[in-house]
Amino acid sequence: MKPVIKGSAYVLAHVPDLVRYGSKPYREIEKDPNLLPKIEKNLRRFLDVVAYPPNQVFIGNLTPDELRNIPQPWFENKLFSASSCGNFGEIVGENNFYGVLKLADANGYDLVWIENKFLSDIKKFGINIFFDEQSSQKMGEGKTIAEIQEKLALGPRMALPLFHNEKLIGCFNRSQDPHAQEDEALGPHPLMEGLAAKASGALALKHLIEKLKMSPEEIDFIISCSEEAVGDRYNRGGGSLAKAIGEMCGCINATGPDIKAFCVSPIYAIIVAASLVKAGVFKKVAVVGGGCLAKLGMKFQGHLESGYPIIEDTLGAAAFLIASDDRKSPIIRLDAIGKNNIKNSARQEDVTRAVVLEPLKKLGKRIIDIDKYAVQLENPEITVPSKTGDVPKKNYDMIAGLAVLNKEITPQEMAEFVKIRGMPGFAPTQGHIPAAVPYLGHAIEAIKNGGIKNAMFIARGSLFLGRMSQLHDGMSFIIEKNPKQKEAKKCLRKKRP
Amino acid sequence: MSLEYQKSVKELAEKYGPENLVVVLGFLDEELVEIYATTLTLGDPSYSGSLAGVALRLKVYHILEPEVKDQIPEVVYQEQMGLAEITTGQEKIKKISKMLKEIREK
Repeated sequence: MKPVIKGSAYVLAHVPDLVRYGSKPYREIEKDPNLLPKIEKNLRRFLDVVAYPPNQVFIGNLTPDELRNIPQPWFENKLFSASSCGNFGEIVGENNFYGVLKLADANGYDLVWIENKFLSDIKKFGINIFFDEQSSQKMGEGKTIAEIQEKLALGPRMALPLFHNEKLIGCFNRSQDPHAQEDEALGPHPLMEGLAAKASGALALKHLIEKLKMSPEEIDFIISCSEEAVGDRYNRGGGSLAKAIGEMCGCINATGPDIKAFCVSPIYAIIVAASLVKAGVFKKVAVVGGGCLAKLGMKFQGHLESGYPIIEDTLGAAAFLIASDDRKSPIIRLDAIGKNNIKNSARQEDVTRAVVLEPLKKLGKRIIDIDKYAVQLENPEITVPSKTGDVPKKNYDMIAGLAVLNKEITPQEMAEFVKIRGMPGFAPTQGHIPAAVPYLGHAIEAIKNGGIKNAMFIARGSLFLGRMSQLHDGMSFIIEKNPKQKEAKKCLRKKRP
Repeated sequence: MSLEYQKSVKELAEKYGPENLVVVLGFLDEELVEIYATTLTLGDPSYSGSLAGVALRLKVYHILEPEVKDQIPEVVYQEQMGLAEITTGQEKIKKISKMLKEIREK
């Protein structure tokens, strides 16, 4: 039973008024409150975020190769005809996202309070894949501004203000449970991070289900690859996002865990999902990654210094469905998984050799036998002003360098190799989200329409961040055209009289 | 260059004598190479660390410079530095080498 990748969905939630709760802006604003107006002044409007070319690639309205032809800076070369609805998902505006956040809180915990008028406007005028007649009821009742202000007067340990267009529209509460009053893992900030991941992840999974025209009840198993560490003080990072997201999407016949491995999580999750399908344990496994609120505005200082708008103003989310062979979707080659073993060094070069060359060797293929390489796809417009450099470019140069060392291409052909087999970064810097998988949707289409025959997905993880190990992580998998795609057509021809 | 690095280099220079030390850099960022080489040769240009006003005049090279490459067996160099040499490109290597040569001669 060969596992296939049946589809993918991507969502960006534009949340400029939550940028202040990103880890870096939150800490810097605490040190210098005068920073907040500077940040607010450099935040983008929803229309600018929709018209931003990399975002159009993320939701599938533009290909990565088309993005290459748009001159940088991309924030100055907006696509005015762009739509917030994409082939692979959508860009959600902040007011609608607050509505989804309220729905994500519909488990009786009463974490999100929204002002009466604002909530009633969302119920009346909001447009979102989650909004229907029942959703208004699920969102519950709003609060008066006086009630919200009374809650906020208890201080940031108890509640954090929520804004829209810089105007107070609600608050995010500490868990109301008396046992949680001393539990910092259940304070408003970590809970907001968890709920933002749940809401955005659910948006991506819901889009995936709609796109594949399937019933949520068909999904057997869900794996979350979100970065957020959901749990209480006794088990920070305990998990449960997969099931929480599945519950919100009506996947009543599924269960599932969270897989956490820094930026490499989506690759691990897809490999595990594909293995479960191949073993016959489950037929349809969804992998979902919600957005990372902590990373909003992470590199805002570099943007302010360079005169850029604050580009890290969106939560990125993605969802994938791995299923048993349908004779048309690209297959995942489980016989050629790349991995950076514990014995390997942390040298970038050694990690690249392990995750690129080793799996190719297993298949008897060369580097140039892979049509497209998807690496860490961070948008360089976010990382270059903050001196982190062009991450995808560095990765592609290294793969091209290995092709030179293998005498597959000459040094003069390196630039062409990178152009043809690589792509510009277009994903928000949301940790796990840029980990190669933003290209999966484009790859599935390109493989099905014959544009490419295969693609390799490579992610790396900085394990030192958790201070448990200095090891460097890396994983890769290859997808390729389903060999039965052609056979299926042949069978049809035979059946004709 | 971090204050911690400056302190360690100063201590090493005091222990072994600056004339007995050679520094080999591995950064590929030209700006960083210049800052490190200047600090280790002429002192901390930002006047904030232990090397402020201290011109150790250490000999600073880059691992990709021919002067260093020629000291290493070809097989070992290719195994360890072959890919870095290819991805950096000869043009950038020459630029870094020229910059470091000028700093060494100051």
